[in-house]
Amino acid sequence: MQIKWAALGQTAGVSLAITLAVVVVFALGNLALSRREAAAEAGNANSAKGTAALVAAGVCFAACAGVVLYGISLIAGK
Amino acid sequence: MEHITFLVAVVIITALAFDFTNGFHDTANAMATSIATGALKPKVAVAIAAVLNFAGAFLSVKVATTISGGIVNEKTGLQPSIIFAALVGAILWNLLTWLKGLPSSSSHALYGGLIGATVVGVGIHGVNFTTVVSKILIPAVASPIVAGVASWGATKLAYLITRNGNQKTTTKGFKRGQMFSSSLISLAHGTNDAQKTMGIITLALVSAGALHKGAQPPTWVIVSAGAAIALGTYMGGWRIIRSMGSGLADIKPPQGFASETAAATVILTSSHMGYGLSTTQVCSGGIMGAGLGGPAGKLRWSLVRRMVYTWGLTLPAAATVAGIAAFVADKGDWGVVVVGAALVIGSGAMWMLSRRQPVHADNVNDVTPVEVPAAQTAPGAPTTATATVAA
Repeated sequence: MQIKWAALGQTAGVSLAITLAVVVVFALGNLALSRREAAAEAGNANSAKGTAALVAAGVCFAACAGVVLYGISLIAGK
Repeated sequence: MEHITFLVAVVIITALAFDFTNGFHDTANAMATSIATGALKPKVAVAIAAVLNFAGAFLSVKVATTISGGIVNEKTGLQPSIIFAALVGAILWNLLTWLKGLPSSSSHALYGGLIGATVVGVGIHGVNFTTVVSKILIPAVASPIVAGVASWGATKLAYLITRNGNQKTTTKGFKRGQMFSSSLISLAHGTNDAQKTMGIITLALVSAGALHKGAQPPTWVIVSAGAAIALGTYMGGWRIIRSMGSGLADIKPPQGFASETAAATVILTSSHMGYGLSTTQVCSGGIMGAGLGGPAGKLRWSLVRRMVYTWGLTLPAAATVAGIAAFVADKGDWGVVVVGAALVIGSGAMWMLSRRQPVHADNVNDVTPVEVPAAQTAPGAPTTATATVAA
């Protein structure tokens, strides 16, 4: 009986890395969004800080959306 | 041909019935944590899951060409009576675990049923035990652990990163994220599991001579398999949703997002690598990891233990029932009728039993008074009902 431990380990490692990356990026986006709201409440949503936070959040969420689209393409392409 | 036609009709109906139980058994996988955290309203959640399961059925038909993934030797001729017996074993086990509110793998139930029915109907040589070990048993043990570890780490990081943010905003953000992560699980589930039913029906049609060998599933097969799993999903296996969403741990939005992301990732990567994994076990593992990684860091270990026992039992139990069914069904048409009657009576009995302690959309998030402090129990929760579901 031959079991491909390397393939198993690879699958596990890739899963772990992707999960952590997605959740970290999403959490950062979330944090940025909350910074932006803090700026808005202080009355300067369009300050450099507020805008930077909004852009950062947008980049983070776009990255997550990209991973989701890749995931869907994996499902469909099989 | 008379015999074949009758049997093939029975197999198709039973396959759709299995697909239906598969749907409502597995709604919890994608939606339990989203319902528990309030990211989605219970009815909305099952509706989304149903639509995505249906859509998923149309995404791909590649898996449908081999239903067993090489577990049983399909070349020796997988007789309709064996498929029928396998389905009976799988359905009965699915219903029993649903009654107990335990998430168990529908795929394992089906594989177990196929193994049991093949051993009785064809002989021990009909089963490729090497494939069983490398493609089912090892992933079955490894995948919940990987999902659990990933989810644990992700939960820790999610809390760490957002600790200085505005809790209200970040919570809302994680709830939004949960909508996407749980939807992705639903879609992947529809693609994987609806295809198994398509494969079974197609195989039955091939054996009856209605389709040539190696044919793609006809459109009506794809539509009916997708519809059966979607309908089952929409019924919502509320008992299992309660166990997974509120029974294992108290899940908050960051934990829900982390566990769903981990589950979706593990499901997609391993199915990409060709492992026949159990969505149920992966999702349960993810929830366990998120429970441990959260601020409370607590799991209800008694339920964890019972879940793990159930996972271990699924394959042999479904195999045993299917083996008996195969023995009887092999006797001819009357045998098939007897097994069919036993299936209907058994399913009916379990449904009647479930009525004694109903769990539905309105009380799905009630937690069990036995295992949690009284303060957290929703007022008016029927004590005996919730206790027994968790018991």
